[in-house]
Amino acid sequence: MRVSSEEELAEAVRGAAGPLVVRGGGTRPVGASVAGEVLETSGLDGITLYEPGALTVVAKAGTPLAALEAALAAEGQRLAFEPADWRGLLGTEGEPTVGGMVAANVSGPRRVQAGACRDALLGVRFVDGTGAVVKNGGRVMKNVTGYDLVKLMAGSWGTLGVLTEAAFKVLPAPEAAATVVIGVEGADAAVRVLSAALGTPFDVTGAAFLPGEGALVRIEGFAASVAYRAERLAAALGAHGPVAVERDAERVAALWRRVREVAPFHGKAGEVWRISVRPSDAPGLVVRIGGEWMLDWGGGLVWALVSEGSDLRAALGPLRGHATLVRAAAATRARVATFAPEPAALAAISAGLRARFDPRGILNPGLMG
Amino acid sequence: MDLPIADRSVLERKAEIVARLRAAMADGAVIDDPAETRAYECDALAAYRCAPLAVVLPGSTAEVAAVLKVCHEERVPVVPRGAGTSLAGGALPTADSVILGVARMNRVLDVDYDNRFIRVEAGRTNLSVTGAVEEEGFFYAPDPSSQLACAIAGNIAMNSGGAHCLKYGVTTNNLMGVTLVTMEGTVVEIGGAHLDAGGYDLLGVICGSEGQLGVVTEAVLRILPKPEGARPVLIAFGSNEVAGACVADIIKAGVLPVAIEFMDRPCIHACEAFAHAGYPDCEALLIVEVEGAEAEIDEQLGLIRQIAARHDPVEFRESRSAEEAQKIWLGRKSAFGAVGQINDYMCLDGTIPVSALPKVLKRIGEMSRDFGLDVANVFHAGDGNMHPLILYDANKPGDLETCEALGAEILKLCVEVGGCLTGEHGVGIEKRDLMEVQYSAADMEAQMRVKDVFDPCWLLNPAKVFPLHMSAGRRAR
Repeated sequence: MRVSSEEELAEAVRGAAGPLVVRGGGTRPVGASVAGEVLETSGLDGITLYEPGALTVVAKAGTPLAALEAALAAEGQRLAFEPADWRGLLGTEGEPTVGGMVAANVSGPRRVQAGACRDALLGVRFVDGTGAVVKNGGRVMKNVTGYDLVKLMAGSWGTLGVLTEAAFKVLPAPEAAATVVIGVEGADAAVRVLSAALGTPFDVTGAAFLPGEGALVRIEGFAASVAYRAERLAAALGAHGPVAVERDAERVAALWRRVREVAPFHGKAGEVWRISVRPSDAPGLVVRIGGEWMLDWGGGLVWALVSEGSDLRAALGPLRGHATLVRAAAATRARVATFAPEPAALAAISAGLRARFDPRGILNPGLMG
Repeated sequence: MDLPIADRSVLERKAEIVARLRAAMADGAVIDDPAETRAYECDALAAYRCAPLAVVLPGSTAEVAAVLKVCHEERVPVVPRGAGTSLAGGALPTADSVILGVARMNRVLDVDYDNRFIRVEAGRTNLSVTGAVEEEGFFYAPDPSSQLACAIAGNIAMNSGGAHCLKYGVTTNNLMGVTLVTMEGTVVEIGGAHLDAGGYDLLGVICGSEGQLGVVTEAVLRILPKPEGARPVLIAFGSNEVAGACVADIIKAGVLPVAIEFMDRPCIHACEAFAHAGYPDCEALLIVEVEGAEAEIDEQLGLIRQIAARHDPVEFRESRSAEEAQKIWLGRKSAFGAVGQINDYMCLDGTIPVSALPKVLKRIGEMSRDFGLDVANVFHAGDGNMHPLILYDANKPGDLETCEALGAEILKLCVEVGGCLTGEHGVGIEKRDLMEVQYSAADMEAQMRVKDVFDPCWLLNPAKVFPLHMSAGRRAR
């Protein structure tokens, strides 16, 4: 079923006889598989408002992310949270949509400096499980009027409502970017140098580690400022290992696309986990992974590639953070929870929210638990 | 402004309830003498007052849980209170409620520079969070004007902002985790020293929920390395419209100042009379602050100077020393105090799209004349968060009512141009009855459902945020 307006979508939800599988571009098939009628949002297409001088853009949920990013680029602006394209990682086709990105709260390397998708999200419109159209937030940068359901919708994977529109704070795209590459080996040394970089006043916008390629520290801004900060960082981080500075715009962009899209795992067999922890816990954790891994967010995000059928969450034991199963065989997904099980009191709250927003249990039922 | 009729059965059981609270708490933590509870009858929105049933000042999360358990069993409404600096009446009690103040819980529990966070008890004041980390070159970014006095608990409840949030965001963007006690007295940890939620972003919905979902007793806050330097400039203009256009141009040019503050003539005058900051005689002025190393600051300010020049400024004043920088900020930082010297005032907090600035300022001027009350405008222009100060005389019969009516009209205008009722102060009781201007019944139903889940009996701060007629059925449960 494909709808082309919010009203049609509301009607479709109201009239649904059974479970609906909510789909934007279908590029992020994460979570327990859901049986039901597919509800496509790609017909809700278009940018409804863009005011560069107010750093604000509003787009319908089915708008291809590429179209939104192109419109912003034409005005020298961008989504600062650097949404990642997961098609290479997950082996999917189709076009990532604005709604899908919000539903998954997808953020890239710049999350350490600019915040996540949820932080840039100013407002949403959605249709809840009863078919009611709800708006929350708005299009202005500061808004504390009523509860912040905007954050609740971000990362709720279509289980609380079907997004129809989203408003974002956008930021100017920088004039220049550079990457300081530090030749370190092992997660211990990597997290140490990344923490050191993130503790400087040089406004680091990316801090990642690709084993074999080194620790990567990105700075962005006006050209003279980038040159100055790259130099200061190179000097400050020199004690950690050999330092090189990449200043070529295209090569810098390509490097961070690799990080963002988890390129080292592309085309490799196995199952992918995404682990959010405090950075200093990452080194102790990767030795227990028993597979390939890479670090983003200064070590606060660990990507792991493990053999099929292994329950990495169980193998890692208690975490000060959480592990999400992002790519896995159907058999694994049937057996291992995608999202980390919550403590009983929180699980009750989450279940309560689901029951209130989707009383018939028809929106991606079971996807998040 | 109405408060719900106090529950007689609670008032009649006061002695019993107080005895149970005393039994659950350390000595001296329960106040019920009417002479002493008076100190808690209002917050910074002092026009509205009501003495609570009792006040409890717990010293630990366990005591907060014990208080809530008793109140839940006795079906007594609870009004959480940080430092009592709310401008929206967020901590205003009802006669049948217990004030739960967390001000005594103000310890630093953990500072971790490698992972860039600090964990504090929620009663700690905003400025003293930065105070705990600044020696190592770090700071906590959200900086509400009341930061010397206001508590992190209240910052989280209202999702407070500040002058520097154009670059650093507001509380919700700097909050990583909380310890929350539910109305039933269950202690839960939400989020932590890691980024991103594992399931639903409950932290995101708790932040800004005005103490209606649970009581936050501890918080994990993101700390940031301090920039190498910061410098403001002052730009004076011949009209509000031109100043507004300059703001939009600065933003479009790719400069991201940490702050863009706007003051109009009535406000400039009041500040001059009070703080003698030496501001130019003009219709509107901007204070724009940028950060970085000296050369980086010079480059950004050079660009801002070029942009400003296109708008024919009356004056472009740079600061060549720390004293000069301080002087530029002096008037702005004393604005509320300055206006308070000459008048009683009501401070509004609507946000508008930056593009609507000239139109809105013009309309506010017209409304001010129609209602016969002066309005001074001072606000965070970069993010469109306005703070019109309506001047009135509290001793003049009818003046407060006229002021409230004008305030409501201004906020309606904010919504009409695509903005909202409150950008950083919260709804509280002050904007409660205007919620229907911004939100439909379905929009509010969705929000109230969240409260149903966290607080099924609607005992936490129940008279706030939602118009009483909309929450009536739920509060009666």
